[in-house]
Amino acid sequence: MSDLIQIAQQTILTPVGLAERDLDRMLGGLTGTGVDAADLYFQSSRLESWVLEDGIIKEGAHTIEQGAGIRVISGEKTGFAYSDELQLPILEEAARAARAITRSGAEQSVRISGVPVPRQLYAPVNPLPTLNEVEKVELLHQLDQEARRQDPRIKEVIVSLVAAHDVVLVAAIDGTLNADVRPLVRLNVHVIAEQGSRREQGSSGGGARESLDYFLQQERGLGYAREAVRQALVNLEAVDAPAGSMPVVLGPGWPGVLLHEAVGHGLEGDFNRKGTSAFSGRIGEQVAADCCTVVDDGTLPGRRGSLTMDDEGTPGQNTVLIENGILKGYMQDKHNARLMKVDSTGNGRRESYAHLPMPRMTNTYMLPGGHDPEEIIASVDRGLFAVNFGGGQVDITSGRFVFSASEAYLIEKGKITRPVKGATLIGNGPESMTRISMVGDDLKLDAGVGVCGKEGQSVPVGVGQPTLKLDELIVGGTEQ
Amino acid sequence: MIDMEQRKAELQQLIGDLLAEARRQGATAAEAAVSSNAGLSLTVRLGETETIEHTRDNGLGVTVYFGHRKGSASSSDLSSQAIRETVEAACNFARYTSEDPCSGLADAELMATDIPDLDLYHPWQQSVDEAIQLATRCEDAARDFDPRIFNSEGASLNSHDGLHVYGNTHGFVAGYPSSRHSLSCAVVGKQDGSMQRDYWYTLSRQADRLDAPDEVGRMAAERTLARLNARTLPTQQAAVLFQADVAVGLLRSFIGAIRGSALYRKASFLLDHMGKPVFPEFVTIHEEPRLPMGLASAAYDNEGVATSNRAFVRRGLLESYVLDSYAARKLDMQTTGNAGGVRNLRINSGELDLTGLLKKMDRGLLVTELMGQGVNMVTGDYSRGAAGFWVEGGEIQYPVEEITIAGNMRDMMMGLLEVGSDVETRSSVQTGSWLIERMMVAGE
Repeated sequence: MSDLIQIAQQTILTPVGLAERDLDRMLGGLTGTGVDAADLYFQSSRLESWVLEDGIIKEGAHTIEQGAGIRVISGEKTGFAYSDELQLPILEEAARAARAITRSGAEQSVRISGVPVPRQLYAPVNPLPTLNEVEKVELLHQLDQEARRQDPRIKEVIVSLVAAHDVVLVAAIDGTLNADVRPLVRLNVHVIAEQGSRREQGSSGGGARESLDYFLQQERGLGYAREAVRQALVNLEAVDAPAGSMPVVLGPGWPGVLLHEAVGHGLEGDFNRKGTSAFSGRIGEQVAADCCTVVDDGTLPGRRGSLTMDDEGTPGQNTVLIENGILKGYMQDKHNARLMKVDSTGNGRRESYAHLPMPRMTNTYMLPGGHDPEEIIASVDRGLFAVNFGGGQVDITSGRFVFSASEAYLIEKGKITRPVKGATLIGNGPESMTRISMVGDDLKLDAGVGVCGKEGQSVPVGVGQPTLKLDELIVGGTEQ
Repeated sequence: MIDMEQRKAELQQLIGDLLAEARRQGATAAEAAVSSNAGLSLTVRLGETETIEHTRDNGLGVTVYFGHRKGSASSSDLSSQAIRETVEAACNFARYTSEDPCSGLADAELMATDIPDLDLYHPWQQSVDEAIQLATRCEDAARDFDPRIFNSEGASLNSHDGLHVYGNTHGFVAGYPSSRHSLSCAVVGKQDGSMQRDYWYTLSRQADRLDAPDEVGRMAAERTLARLNARTLPTQQAAVLFQADVAVGLLRSFIGAIRGSALYRKASFLLDHMGKPVFPEFVTIHEEPRLPMGLASAAYDNEGVATSNRAFVRRGLLESYVLDSYAARKLDMQTTGNAGGVRNLRINSGELDLTGLLKKMDRGLLVTELMGQGVNMVTGDYSRGAAGFWVEGGEIQYPVEEITIAGNMRDMMMGLLEVGSDVETRSSVQTGSWLIERMMVAGE
């Protein structure tokens, strides 16, 4: 039995008097004719957050969440129930509710057994106490002072720090028993700069599956403060953004949100099983320019989107989605994989025990190409260079996607000239991907701030890309 | 069926225990909220039941004050041990947060004293099988509507009941049960190789006030079909008509800009606009928090402050901010009873329905869908992805997509020509369609 399973049992099951044989028995109760899969998901989470505003520590909050979700699948049908009380009779009641999806069948016995995960991608630490309260408060103050010190035009600074400790245990009637201990920390700085009557904002942050001293290493935290200020000051100088179709160069790192929206969601197994995605039934076809290779990689050590195992107990994997422009595969959870007769790719994720798992991204990025980023900029006569983004959104059926630039510049005659105001960029996923004409050699992953929402569930994700050029994309500015 | 009165008494006792524990651990003041929710969510897809989810959530949250220092904690566990630990965690934070003179409970004299029954609780009376039948009828109506509807994301029925109790050390404690039911449907249409999806839904506190399932399915199908063969537009300035359901978002952005927390952080495009024109003279925006059966109704806000009818905009002038007691103290004002947000907000409507508005616009863009965030609350700069229809001669010509619309919220608000009589009622913020004089539309 792995250490992770032992930790999870001691954290979640032992305090409420549950043992492995109780899980065996509960799973046995979920089996029967017509039941294709069933699992139990136990979770115990602790989350702590701090907010500094106006130069003072304004808020501190602690959240405890604990519960179990029980899922039973028959064909394409799923029954689900959960409880935040972990007493056996209550869990058995929830199991009966979930089991009601199929009404027939005799119980079989189930024996679960732990299999060691191939590789732990992060240490099973509880990040909450890795700095003490005085140190946390000190860190927030330092960042506030660092931001204000950069420029007298900085008028407001908000710093927030979040640390989460998530312990999960999965047991399924296919014999799966697996567990994970997931640390997650995040630090953000948001500033407002004022010049005359004009006010602009800037924000920066980062995070990882690490302990809190991650932010002290390499002056990461201070770096976020400086970066937020830099962005706000750039925006103070920004002129109106252009409107219309034009070449767009995206900087490395966080602009990879392009891939998340333009192709990522459209390649999730559930939409493709149902045939509702613009990418449905297109495996083996060219869906992007030759220079594009896109992967979803849950195996990067310590990354925000990484998973030692997914929420169905499948180890995280590195899945090639698009290789040299050809669609290679979809991201799968167990349910959609079984119905599509393929294997799970370790993308079965859920926001918590109170939500059903579904195929979700981990860290989605494009592999580097051969171009020097400066050469890419120089190739554009008139266009947009976008380096920072807010969120995005996609309609997977039509393929339309948007993402909003928060820091962008005009390119005129091969040179970056002036900063322009934020603008939304809109395109069609499969079309836009074929319009990528140059890929840089400067692959960068984002700093660890991504949150992906799907059907009301939020999960942490990563994105990344090298500098790349789209020959044509619609820029939603105001200047014609 | 759970006895709601008994459950309410239990939760009120829990609030009492939380506050007493906070006092015992040295807090000078405290407030707490407890909620207990249960529900059913199910989806029928292609005529078969796809998911049945039984939901049951408990939660407690406590905020303690040691003078002007504050700490908070919450838990999904309502046991007495969890209460002790949660209060302890909150008190621990209060040792490290800063002295903040604005922090504390709302003033005692503002607590609601009359708490009428607002008729918010109408639990679902039907069985799971009946719920499945409703969703099936809904999806069938959409799928049978037209052969171009070739696929479906399904029809979903959601029904949730909740009990929410709040109390604080002023001696205020109150709670009320509520219910919320909805039926939605999303289908996929195909023509000439291109696919489009759209959806429709109905929402009410009372199940028998939901629109008929066939009607919801038919709307989902019609909306999907109307989008087929959409094209983009040339980049141009144009009049823009935001259909009521998307105009709700504009009204929400306005409310976001007059929220106390945005104002004291100087993070609003409506800073220093009190008493000044923010809309044309015909516009009045008000809230009615005690509307019976309203989707956002409550007799008291999240701090126990009595709610009352209030105008935020009258004859185009900004008349009130949206404040809780903390923001009010920061701004040296009085709370408006809006801790937790606005409740049943309405903008007054004109005479014209959507057809009348299209005629009035004559030529321009009817927006029926917006994509992305794209609203900068600090500057008011607005740039979002859009889909809808191109209009000429007051009539819809063809569907459009892959375009953006851009402008600045302040100009858009002042450039409002008309608010339609076609009010979107499925939201706590209600408005008819908005006709805006001019925006930049970017396309090919």
